[in-house]
Amino acid sequence: MNSTKKRLQFRITMSKIFEGIITLFAFLITIPLIAIIFYVLKTGLSKINRNFFTNIPQPVGEAGGGIANALLGSLLIVLIAAIIAVPIGILCGIYLSENKKGKFSYYSRLAVDILQGVPSIVIGIVIYFWLVKPLGTFSALSGSVALAIMMLPIIIRSTEETLKLIPSSLKEAGLAIGLPYHKVILKIIVPCGFSGILSGVMLAVARVAGETAPLLFTAFGNPYITTNILKPMQSLPLLIFNYATSPYDEWHDLAWGASTILLMWVLLLNITTKLITKKWKVQL
Amino acid sequence: MKAVWKKTVWKTFSYKKVRAETAFKRTLFITAIVMIIVALGVFLTLLIESIPSIKSLGLKYLWNRTWDPVSNVYGALPFLLGTLLTSFLALLISIPFSYAIAIYLGEFKTKGWLHGFLKNIVELVAAVPSVIYGFWALVVLVPMVRSLETKVGAAPYGVGILTASLVLAVMIIPYAASLGRELILMVPSELKEGAYSLGATRYEVLRQVILPYTRSGVLAGLLLSLGRALGETMAVTMVIGNTSILPNSIFSPGNTMASVIANEFTEADRTVYLSALIELGLVLFVVTVVINIIGKSIIKRFSHE
Repeated sequence: MNSTKKRLQFRITMSKIFEGIITLFAFLITIPLIAIIFYVLKTGLSKINRNFFTNIPQPVGEAGGGIANALLGSLLIVLIAAIIAVPIGILCGIYLSENKKGKFSYYSRLAVDILQGVPSIVIGIVIYFWLVKPLGTFSALSGSVALAIMMLPIIIRSTEETLKLIPSSLKEAGLAIGLPYHKVILKIIVPCGFSGILSGVMLAVARVAGETAPLLFTAFGNPYITTNILKPMQSLPLLIFNYATSPYDEWHDLAWGASTILLMWVLLLNITTKLITKKWKVQL
Repeated sequence: MKAVWKKTVWKTFSYKKVRAETAFKRTLFITAIVMIIVALGVFLTLLIESIPSIKSLGLKYLWNRTWDPVSNVYGALPFLLGTLLTSFLALLISIPFSYAIAIYLGEFKTKGWLHGFLKNIVELVAAVPSVIYGFWALVVLVPMVRSLETKVGAAPYGVGILTASLVLAVMIIPYAASLGRELILMVPSELKEGAYSLGATRYEVLRQVILPYTRSGVLAGLLLSLGRALGETMAVTMVIGNTSILPNSIFSPGNTMASVIANEFTEADRTVYLSALIELGLVLFVVTVVINIIGKSIIKRFSHE
């Protein structure tokens, strides 16, 4: 009797210990995240002032440099990428959710899966040969196309998953009262899944806003302010990479300030997306 | 009466509307074609552009151990080895953490604020840009690794394979963790409840019900995070040391396929040099595609069961 009790005690203790270990290991992930956010904010916030937003980087040794060129460039490059990727992504998502079976949608879905897994640097190489070489110069446009290719799989997947959940009775009701197919899709189905599609788009923007690798051989970087999308352009992640690996302290300061802004931008986008999905109870 | 009816029909099914409908359907179809063309185009571009290197260097390229562009010698072994070392080391480091998170979120606390808190933390870890991970690692992690290296008596570079693996491990934890959580949630509750009702403890249920049931999915999760780790560029480039010498320990600096492309692509001035770099990209592409397809098909089979 006593030994059975002991055995039971042992099993329960074992389970408790295991539970403790799992909880400990699970919450250890918070340490690097908090360490990174804390460190970036601590070093970066003090570097940010009014000049930081309005000036361009100064040569080494001169004070008062800013990152206006990178801010503007990042906004432009990501905006153009979104303009390219959002319509194509949503339409392709609609196609895949409307044609669940069939050889062709199988291959299309496979292509989306493949694109989702392609390392970002490889996309950079490919766009270099598609746009940079034919045009003869690095350009913001080629950077945008590279980012758009990275956004597409995310948008397509979230659109497809959202639209799959919408009951087919809605679509049938629309068709039954004689609405043409495109109106059923654009006026009934897409508005129903709007929040899901929107959060997919925002997640895609947040994801590519911090991408550096595909921009290395496409947007390339530029120390001056430019709005010409056919010329090289600076972006925040590129500036951080170039200045973080440089040996000068002034440039490190700029990189820390830029990191703070980029980190806040990306985290805010993520948190907003989460709030949207929570409000509309979307499952992603 | 008939005339009115005809008029209504005409209004509803006017050619204009039918044409708009076909045009819309065609646009949807075209976007789906575009995706196939882009995916194929990526592969073909890499293949065509790496032909000069495949022709002049042959298969020997993959296990030649010297990379010296100045004297026109190209061997990819240091980068292959560097990539494999960093990725597998990162995977090894990340496994306990990612599965602890998966078990915690999938079995211990399936709702409540602690669940939400940890889930959000994991998602934010995935959201931090890799260049910021790299910068942070360069300033904070490198000195820590350097002091560790002095303690164990290795050359105190600070940068190197170990540092890169540590950063990579943090970056890939969210993928394996969220996948693992979904797999654990898929375990039928009858199985778990049956085990509990027989008097099994939580540890025994995990060990003898959940673990065997999710075994194939766990493998898929490992594959998908490995795919992530192989292609990660920026954070690795910033802390791996960028030397093209064959690494001889986990402390030595090295280069991965992605980092050597990032560093040397714009400097490559000879056709063979450039094309050798693109061949690395081709290898990277093929490997990640194969890994992803295998991983995803395992998961698909798992969720259909």
